[in-house]
Amino acid sequence: MSLLRLSLNLLRRDWRAGEWRVLLLALVLAVGSLATVGLFADRVRQALQQQAQNLIGADLRITSTRPFPPEYREMAQKRGLRVLESRTFPSMVSHRDQVLLSEIQSVEPGYPLRGKIEIDDGTAHVAQAIPARGTVWMDERLLRRLDMKIGEEAGIGSLRFMVTARIVKDIDQSIGFASFAPRALMNDADLASTGLLQEGSRISYRLMIAGEAKQVIALRAALQDKLSGNEKMEDVRDARPEIRTALERAEHFLGLAALTAAILAGAAMALAARRFVLRHLDGCAVMRCLGAQQGQVLWLFLYQFILLGVVSVLLGGLMGYVTQAGLVESIPSMREAGLPQPGVLPLLKAAVSGFALLLGFAFLPLLQLRKVSPLRVLRREMDSPEASGWLIYGLALLVLAGLFLWHAGSLKLGLAVLGGLLAGLLVFGGLAWVLLHGLARNAYFFQSHWRHAFNNLARHGRSAAIQVVALSLGGMALLVLTMVRADLMESWQGKLPPDTPNRFVVNIQPDQIQPVQDFFVHRALPIPELQPMVRGRLIAINDRTINGNSYPDPRAQALVDREFNLSYMERLPAWNELVSGKWWTERRNGQLSVEEGIAKTLGIRLGDMLTYDVAGSTFTAKVTSLRKVQWDSMKVNFFVIATPELLRDFSASYLGSFYLPPDKVRAGDELSREFPNLLLVDTGAVIAQVRNIMDQIAQTVSAVFLFTLLSGLAVLYAALLATQDERSHEAAILRTLGADSRYLRRLHLSEFAVLGGLSGLFAAAGAVLLGWVLARFVLDIPYRTDVSIWFIGAGGGMAVVMLAGWLATRRLVLRPPLRILAAD
Amino acid sequence: MQAVGLTKQVLSGDQPLVILHDVSFEVETGESLAIVGASGSGKSTLLGLLAGLDVPTSGKVLLHGTDLFEMDEDGRARLRGELAGFVFQSFQLLPALNALENVMLPLELAGAKDARRRAEISLQQVGLSARAHHLPKHLSGGEQQRVALARAFVTQPKILFADEPTGNLDAATGSQVIELMLELNRVQGTTLILVTHDEALARRCGKQLRLAAGRVAQ
Repeated sequence: MSLLRLSLNLLRRDWRAGEWRVLLLALVLAVGSLATVGLFADRVRQALQQQAQNLIGADLRITSTRPFPPEYREMAQKRGLRVLESRTFPSMVSHRDQVLLSEIQSVEPGYPLRGKIEIDDGTAHVAQAIPARGTVWMDERLLRRLDMKIGEEAGIGSLRFMVTARIVKDIDQSIGFASFAPRALMNDADLASTGLLQEGSRISYRLMIAGEAKQVIALRAALQDKLSGNEKMEDVRDARPEIRTALERAEHFLGLAALTAAILAGAAMALAARRFVLRHLDGCAVMRCLGAQQGQVLWLFLYQFILLGVVSVLLGGLMGYVTQAGLVESIPSMREAGLPQPGVLPLLKAAVSGFALLLGFAFLPLLQLRKVSPLRVLRREMDSPEASGWLIYGLALLVLAGLFLWHAGSLKLGLAVLGGLLAGLLVFGGLAWVLLHGLARNAYFFQSHWRHAFNNLARHGRSAAIQVVALSLGGMALLVLTMVRADLMESWQGKLPPDTPNRFVVNIQPDQIQPVQDFFVHRALPIPELQPMVRGRLIAINDRTINGNSYPDPRAQALVDREFNLSYMERLPAWNELVSGKWWTERRNGQLSVEEGIAKTLGIRLGDMLTYDVAGSTFTAKVTSLRKVQWDSMKVNFFVIATPELLRDFSASYLGSFYLPPDKVRAGDELSREFPNLLLVDTGAVIAQVRNIMDQIAQTVSAVFLFTLLSGLAVLYAALLATQDERSHEAAILRTLGADSRYLRRLHLSEFAVLGGLSGLFAAAGAVLLGWVLARFVLDIPYRTDVSIWFIGAGGGMAVVMLAGWLATRRLVLRPPLRILAAD
Repeated sequence: MQAVGLTKQVLSGDQPLVILHDVSFEVETGESLAIVGASGSGKSTLLGLLAGLDVPTSGKVLLHGTDLFEMDEDGRARLRGELAGFVFQSFQLLPALNALENVMLPLELAGAKDARRRAEISLQQVGLSARAHHLPKHLSGGEQQRVALARAFVTQPKILFADEPTGNLDAATGSQVIELMLELNRVQGTTLILVTHDEALARRCGKQLRLAAGRVAQ
């Protein structure tokens, strides 16, 4: 107990002397940055979960073209789950002399099971019930296109309904083209009397289920084998895959960015721990001399480290919570979304990571203290005990590897980033060492203070190299934050420019191509580029016949069981990129180009022969290229593209995408009226959501990089502190030998200039490399670098390190030498 | 205390360098021994071995009949805590602890319950009660060495090791410190082993051991 008290007493004194500040600061920053990202991602994930539930109106939804066997409902009810059914079908809706094909959905009381429908019946509010019998709710598009107002009557089937509300926010839409038809919602009890339920009606039945998550999962598993071919089960995991993927990717990226901050903090901690150890060697030797055993010395400092860890983790967690809350508040769409509060798991994860960093970067240096020889009290010149280098670096590496794998969520990504980082550290460190020694060897060209500075740096080659590497990392974060980030964000957001297509037009017949193009010309709208589309089913790969049963993966089964949209064209679309093989040139046979994702899912390789069944006749062709497709380009994309001669003779319809400005929305209605067979799909909402997520991520990236920057500054501070004692001692000796303060100042500034300049250059190299990696592998955008980054890096590094160094050493050169030597 | 055939050899580059060669002597309880010699004669090395701060290449040190070097490092530390006190040329106070806390340190390490009270008494004996809460950097050299004396005697050691205790002090202050040390030594009946350059101080000790180039010169 007295050891604990002594330990706390020492801690209190050391704290006052500033010994712990850097360690605490570094650890708080590390935990803070990890907690920010973790908590933020958790809230966004929860919000997305809610959105996904909104999207399907339930936890689990089964869609079918036939009524469901009563068994399904019973199975769900037996598990204590809530169940209801809805039916969706296309029908004409009439008002006065206008008629419009719409999607009608009839629902049972209790609908929806998840999420809320917002309606406007004079005032906008969340619907508390379903439409009363004899009434319908219509969406904006339907009301506008039928020129209707609330309170008027519309005909559906053989009944007339009073429109009592406008649907402001809809949920439970089918994922597909039909969802973009105008919609009306009616009471299921009215459905029978409309006379629309007849043999052969195109009705989509939906069984909606919600309740306890465990039971839902169990039901899903139980139903899996019972479903027939025309029944499709969806849960929240299936909803909005493109947004989910974007979020997961962003989360991994943010996690790695946060980890970079944490590693910088680790570097600062390692420097601070080293200084701590050096400053406590004498004290430990005295304690050993006074009878302290190795274990006692260790525990004396372990108590302090544990306390430091707990305090830092608490402060870091608090900092993370406040930062993410501030982030959410600063992004209007997130503030309004009323995000759920984050769970405690991200905080725990950040806390564990913080302790791991403390262990990896500060614990082993600490172990040296217990090994200090008591003889040091008589011989201060004795070297400090060195823990095994392999052990120190090995443990740090192990901790880093563990953290990276844990936070990256993917072994490949974690190893790639960790490997890159370590390689960078080694290369930069090695280069710094070589350059510093090179400078020292050729120092006779320079003035004496430069010579002295070079020699000083070379003499401490290893520690100077470590400082250069640590400062480079900080500088890299700074450059990425300022220069590279701006470029990246611009390019990334540039992927969705304001005129990104927000409408798809589908089902254009060959003889309609010219009239449709004329329609666009007359209204001064950009003419959509139309692509032919032929529907075909994949029936064989090489000589192997395939069907749904050939694949265990449900996604692969679904892909094979349905017809593909095939297209043909001469040139590769600009928003597609070849990843292997070659695009066809003038002389060719039948060739196919397959999207890489679907190729992987279906096990298709370059050179495979694919056989398709198109309207009863088959063709076989060779896969000569694999493509990467930007699905979020909002342009028309195809899984499989063929050479024109292969598909030209099959009957095709055409489709295209275009941007409809908000002030010309009516042109879309006119297009539908003029060409009733065309299906016009409004993708504006999806674009808005993707753009929204991009904005949110951009903001979060800024916040996370701010942590990286702060950690970089902590490294600078720790590096300066780490060498301050030695610098001070040397200054005193030089003063004694007659060096004036001007000489000392020049000497120090020269050292800092070399350290800063090298660090700045390395930082620029790192930032350019990181920018390229982010652009190429994470954001998937072209990256161009600005040559000024090199000058700003080297110049800025020099200026910042010189300024910080001057601030840290300006008093040294003025202190009387005897006072410093006596204190030593 | 008995030293038998103490030899210390280290490697200097590739060459072995003998720092101490076959040193043997005996000191009775309550006696005082001054180890004198020129710089580099091996005085501090010998003191380090006698206190169990270092291990010899060969030979042994018997303290109250116990061979120091048959114990491991922690065993020797325990023994030091129980039997020995130290005074160093450079004082070796912990800069983060005030005078009182520095004196309490060996008692706290030994788990003593009344550390504060005993430390206060010890500080009083060296005349520094008024400076108890000052940090070392706010004390003069003489005051720091008196705190070190208080720390050395607070555990009532059986044996006191002193390494050039006046080396960092001016003559007048050094003399005061020596008087105090010898007085405490006499009152507590402690065995004193002292390394010094100061012939006058050496003469005040009961025995002298003169070292030259690592060997006993007389």
